[in-house]
Amino acid sequence: MTATRSAPERTPAVPRRPVRTLRTAVGADPARGVFVALALTLVIGWLVVALDGGQLLNQSSVVSLLHVATGLGLVAAGQTLVILGGSLDLSVGYVVSLSTLVAAETMNGSDSRITPAVLLVLAVSVAIGLVNGVLVATVGINAFIATLGVGLLLKGYLENGYDGPAGSTAPTLVQTLGYQRVGPVPVAFLLFLGVAAAIWFALRRTRYGHHLVAVGGDPDVARLSGVRNDRVLILSHVLCALCAGLAGIYLASRLGSGAPRVGVESFYDLESIAAVVLGGAALAGGRGGVAGTVGGVLLLATVDSVFNQLEVDAFFKQVVRGVIIIAAVALYARRRHRRHRERTGAPS
Amino acid sequence: MVTIRSETTESDGDLPLLELRGITKAFLDVRVLDGVDLDLRRGEVHAVVGENGAGKSTLMKIISGVYPPDGGSVEFDGTPVSFRSPRQAQSAGIGIIHQEFNLLPERTVAENVFLGHEPLRRGLVDKRAMLRRTAELLDAVGETSFPPTARVGQLGVARQQVVEIVKALALDARLLIMDEPTAALADHEVELLYALVRRLQERGIGILYVSHRLVEVFDLSSRITVLKDGHRVTTAPTAETSHDQLVRHMVGRELAHYYPPRAEADRIGEVRLSVRDGANNRLRGIDLDLRAGEVLGVAGLQGSGRSALARAIFGAAPFTSGEVRLDGRPVRLRTARSAIRAGIAYLTEDRKGEGIAAGQSVLDNALLAGRAVFPRWAGRAARTVRIRDLLAAVDVRAAGDQQEIRFLSGGNQQKVVLARWLSLTPRILLFDEPTRGIDVGAKSAIHDLVRRLARDGAAVLMISSELPELLGMSDRIVVMRDGTIAGELPARATEEDVMGLATGADRAESR
Repeated sequence: MTATRSAPERTPAVPRRPVRTLRTAVGADPARGVFVALALTLVIGWLVVALDGGQLLNQSSVVSLLHVATGLGLVAAGQTLVILGGSLDLSVGYVVSLSTLVAAETMNGSDSRITPAVLLVLAVSVAIGLVNGVLVATVGINAFIATLGVGLLLKGYLENGYDGPAGSTAPTLVQTLGYQRVGPVPVAFLLFLGVAAAIWFALRRTRYGHHLVAVGGDPDVARLSGVRNDRVLILSHVLCALCAGLAGIYLASRLGSGAPRVGVESFYDLESIAAVVLGGAALAGGRGGVAGTVGGVLLLATVDSVFNQLEVDAFFKQVVRGVIIIAAVALYARRRHRRHRERTGAPS
Repeated sequence: MVTIRSETTESDGDLPLLELRGITKAFLDVRVLDGVDLDLRRGEVHAVVGENGAGKSTLMKIISGVYPPDGGSVEFDGTPVSFRSPRQAQSAGIGIIHQEFNLLPERTVAENVFLGHEPLRRGLVDKRAMLRRTAELLDAVGETSFPPTARVGQLGVARQQVVEIVKALALDARLLIMDEPTAALADHEVELLYALVRRLQERGIGILYVSHRLVEVFDLSSRITVLKDGHRVTTAPTAETSHDQLVRHMVGRELAHYYPPRAEADRIGEVRLSVRDGANNRLRGIDLDLRAGEVLGVAGLQGSGRSALARAIFGAAPFTSGEVRLDGRPVRLRTARSAIRAGIAYLTEDRKGEGIAAGQSVLDNALLAGRAVFPRWAGRAARTVRIRDLLAAVDVRAAGDQQEIRFLSGGNQQKVVLARWLSLTPRILLFDEPTRGIDVGAKSAIHDLVRRLARDGAAVLMISSELPELLGMSDRIVVMRDGTIAGELPARATEEDVMGLATGADRAESR
């Protein structure tokens, strides 16, 4: 059938190619679904809040929504990379906490120490990312266990050394990264979008990005194609930890001091994974993108904002978030299953 | 300058592209290769044949840098080389087309072709160059039916193979290893591959061609090397070798006949399974009777609906309309589970993906269906004993039934899958490409088993892309085309009869 059908089509396909590129690019975009869901959530949320006598999209709630999205988003953007590579990072919550402390304690309220503090945070993050990456890629420990172990190690250090906020963030950083806005949009949110854009670009236009998707899609294929899987994975873990470090600097600016429990209390580890998966990425790796993650983050932040305005019980909030995540993943699974069926039907 | 260049071209002609001397390789204590010599000239197709376990794959993996040899030397293009990774071998100009494709279904053709060596422009991946060069390579191999932006997962097997070959060419491969390149192809696609191989040959590319299909070996190669148990038995020019000689070298014995005798007419019994007007999204108007004691062959091109038919009967992708009767009683088989309980077994064509649980033991694999469908079936100890008997009966060669099945050869894996189904004493067996990628010896063992099952009263439906196998095994052949049965042929049909129905050439002027 293949031959008989394709035979009459054997015209030079070259002129048609640009058109196909556009169509496949749009059709293959995994982020579409989550943005549709985001739009729906915004509409429904706005209606529900309006019925309750409030307004979802007033200035102050938009600002706080975007701040919630910034912290989670920075972490999730990095998480996207490791998940794409078929790994994951459960230590990010502790890296965030540690980073707030390193930043605030190094600055100790002095503007002149911003640069060394930022550099130190990034260095610490790189080191943790390296450990994660080496454990996963070189030693070959399951990513779940390896990063959980590293996370627990950091947890021990944090709980032993701190029982409350410590250090003091430089005032300039608090004013800019913490609170400065362009209209309703916090500067920090723009930083998040910048990071996301950089990752998006890296995935599409660098060898690293292409290799990462290959490693996540099928490690054997990648290796036999000459990709150095271990380097790609280690780099991804380093970048993921770096993103968590940035989130730490942002939170230190927001809170004015180091907070040893902020990462854990915000559930950044699991929420970041949830945001990535909501964005259409496969937990097994090889499929997804950072655009989807941005959608997933905004969706979670919107749900958060709606429930805050309705003053819903925190417990119920968690239940609804759980339902949303499960529903989304079930939907993706169904869609994939159907596509798989169509495909396996084909080769007879 | 000019003289020097002409000298080098002259010596290029004499010098083999690849020269292996005394290659030895052992895994743990098992010596897989023992002092193997091999040489390949530019533009030559050199076939490497041997039974599974003869050491062909290991030899190819040594050449392509996956394993280092324990002993011996490899010279490529006149210089001694010792590759420590596939990457090194690739950049030296050695490409390998694997039996299982090394492609990412989620990525585009171009992304797959240039994986690992994406063209850069100012440090960034140059997508335009990637698409352009992929299009050029596709044109160069005469493939114009899909664009470089197509997602590989949406292409059929034959086209995926073209992508594999193009992927190797993108690296300027001067030596191409093809490991069972036709294992997944239907007959007419094999023709296209032949043309492709010849085109590569004209470009001076040396090809090591590993195949179980001896017809191809004779059609394509100029020399043949036979491996057996890690030794080189012989290397001979193809023109001076006969088919029988080759088989004798491979198995070390004469194969008396390839196919067991067909069923005598009085052995064929009642209709076990009948389908009337069966249809689903891939099939339409299926009318089929399957009788006890017969082997019904199903022919057809890739995509004609052969597997869809088997999967529909087995309930894996059930009929959505029409009527199915088992022993005259109407049944509804909506899931594989219900089909298994009704006494139907299905050996999938995708052994690696759907047939075996690669990381589990031989025993666990053999017990899989029985445990799942009949939990209390015969008690644990008794059923293990029974499975062991069956494994012995089908002659599985493994280091023990606790060995992980992925370490077995394809033929032995298939026998384990067969034992799994036989343990349920099915009355209807659906075989989908039962001997794909299996060596000559194991192949005739499987043929014998299939025939024996039919003789014992089972109704057998067998799908095969290999026409000689289909013609040799079947008591009756139905030919599929475009999702329906195009016609039925008797046991003594010819390949031309089958192809006529399969391609629609019997309908006058349809082309």
